[in-house]
Amino acid sequence: MDDTRSAVRDDAPATTAKSRPDDRAIELLIDAGGDHVVARAVTINRPAGELYAYFRDFAKLPSFMENVVRVDILSSERSHWVVKAPAGKTVEWDARITEERDGELIAWASEEGADVPNAGRIEFRDAGARGTIVVATIAYDPPAGTLGKLVAKIFQREPAIQARRDLRRFKQLMETGEVATASRTKKQHDEETA
Amino acid sequence: MRALTWHGRHDVRVDTVDDPEILNPRDAIIKITSTAICGSDLHLYDGYIPTMQKGDILGHEFMGEVVDVGTRSTLKKGQRVVVPFTIACGSCYHCGKHQYSACDNGLPADNQDIAQELYGQPMSGLFGYSHMTGGYAGGQAEYVRVPFSDVGPIVIPDGVEDDKVLFLSDILPTGWMAAENAEIEPGDTVAVWGCGPVGLFAVQSAFLMGAARVIAIDHFPHRLELARTFGAETINFEQSQTYEALMEMTGGIGPDACIDSVGLEAHGFFVDNVIDQIKKSTFLGTDRIHSVRQAILTCRKGGRVSMPAVYGGFVDKFPLGAFMEKGLTLKTGQTHVQHYMPALLDAIMEGKIDTTFLISHTLPLEQAPQGYKMFHDNQNEVTKVVLKPGLAIAAE
Repeated sequence: MDDTRSAVRDDAPATTAKSRPDDRAIELLIDAGGDHVVARAVTINRPAGELYAYFRDFAKLPSFMENVVRVDILSSERSHWVVKAPAGKTVEWDARITEERDGELIAWASEEGADVPNAGRIEFRDAGARGTIVVATIAYDPPAGTLGKLVAKIFQREPAIQARRDLRRFKQLMETGEVATASRTKKQHDEETA
Repeated sequence: MRALTWHGRHDVRVDTVDDPEILNPRDAIIKITSTAICGSDLHLYDGYIPTMQKGDILGHEFMGEVVDVGTRSTLKKGQRVVVPFTIACGSCYHCGKHQYSACDNGLPADNQDIAQELYGQPMSGLFGYSHMTGGYAGGQAEYVRVPFSDVGPIVIPDGVEDDKVLFLSDILPTGWMAAENAEIEPGDTVAVWGCGPVGLFAVQSAFLMGAARVIAIDHFPHRLELARTFGAETINFEQSQTYEALMEMTGGIGPDACIDSVGLEAHGFFVDNVIDQIKKSTFLGTDRIHSVRQAILTCRKGGRVSMPAVYGGFVDKFPLGAFMEKGLTLKTGQTHVQHYMPALLDAIMEGKIDTTFLISHTLPLEQAPQGYKMFHDNQNEVTKVVLKPGLAIAAE
C-alpha cells in the first residue's frame, strides 16, 4: 500500500516534509511541472487587500525582489520577466496568471520557451490583529547546459534563501515604507543593490 | 568625517571616511556631540566578536544634533537627540507591543539569516556592533546615519547638558529594565551581580521601585564604593563567599530577586557554538557563567531572577533542577530602549536619577584609541569614557 504516510496525521505544511520532492506540495501548484519546491511564510502587519494590491502590480516587484531586473506587463494576465543570473547574465520568461482571487491568491506558470520553467502561487491569509500571513510556493525546473550550471547557482541552491530574503524585504516595505539598509553613503547603497 | 574604526584586535584608529547620507525616507543624519565607549565595545576591541570587518565604525551610545532629515523623518534640523542603540521600525507586531529589541525589520534582510539560524528568529539591528547585528555604522564619529528616526531618537530640551542624558541611549534603560524584570515588591531584598554601569543603574532603579535592601556583588573596590553611595550593601567576592554571605545577610531566606548584570557584558552575538576559539577566552570561562548559576542557587524559593547580562550561545551546567524545583521566574532580553526613554528622561529632568557620576574620563574623538586602551586596562577606576568630537585635544 502507498498510504502509509497519510495514515500518520500531521498538520505541518507539506513543503516542510523531510523527504523531497513532496508530491503533496506539488499538487498544490497548478501546472507546476517542476521538481524543486520552495515555500516560505511570513506574517506582515498590514491588511491582505493592501499586500495583494502591491504584489499584483508585477512591475513593482523589483522594489523588493533582489534578483528581478524588471517585469514587463504584456496584458492583464501575461508578463515578461527578466531575472539576474550569475556572471552578469540574465534569464527571461513569459508568465501567465493561472488563478487569481482578489485579496487572497495569485498563481502563475511560465509559458513555453522559458529559460527556467517555473510555477508558483502566493497566498494572502487574513491573520486578524497580526495582519496577513503571506505564503509563497515556487516550483521550478533547473535548466540543463552551460547556462543551466550558472543559473543553478541561483535557482538550485539559493532559491530558499532568496525567497526568504525577498519576503523579508516585502514585509519591510509594506510595514515600514522602506527596505532596511546598513549602507552609509549613496555610492555604497547603489553598489549593494546593483 | 573622522570616525573611530576597527582594524583588528587592540587596533582601533581614528580615520577619515565618507560622510553618511540620507538613504531612506525615515533616515536622519546626526552630528555627534557626545558618545560613550561601552563595556561591550571592549569585546570588539579584544576581537571576540565574529563578523567584524576592517574599517567598521564602532559606537552605540551617542547623541547629537539633527543636521539632515529624510522626507518621512519627524525630526527637525537643529534638534538635539539621544539615539537608542537598538534599531527598530516602530511598525511591526513586536514594536506595537513595545518589544523594540525584537523588531522584525531593524536588520537588513540579508543580515537576518545568521540570527535566524542561531536564535530561531532575527532580532532588531544594533549600531556599530558587527555585521550580525546589521553592519550599521556606529556613533563614535562626527556624523551618523540613523534609520527610523521618527521612532528611535528622543528630543532633549534645550539647556540640558549632554552628560545628564547620554546614557538614555543604552545603559540607563538597560539597568532600569533589569530592575523591572526583577518584579520588585516593596520591602524586597535585591541582589545585583556586577557593578558595571548596568549593575549600578539597576541598584538605583531597584531602590526607586521600592526595594528595602540592595546587595551589590563585584570585585572592583571603586565600583563597589559607587554602589554604596546609592545605599547598597556590598559583597567583594574576592574576600567573601557570595552564597554564604547572601544567605547570612538575608537570614537564610535568600534575596527575593536576583539581577545578573555580569554575563558576557556584550550586546552582541557570542557565537560560541560556531567559533570554538571564543570558548577558550576568559570571557566564557566558568566564572562568567557562575553569576547566573549563583543567582539561581541563592534566590529565595519562588523568587525572580532578572538577567540583563548578555549571553550569546550555550552554557554548561545551568542549574535547571534548582530553577524548576524552587519555582523561580527568569526574565531577560536586550533592552527595549525606545519604550523606556521618555519616562527615564522625565526622571532625569525631575532629578530622581543622576547618571553623571559614572563618567570618569572625557576625551576628544581623536583620542578615542587611548580611551579604549585605558578603559581596557583599568576597569576599576575607568568607569566610563565619553568622547566629544568637538573637544579640543589637550596639549601634552
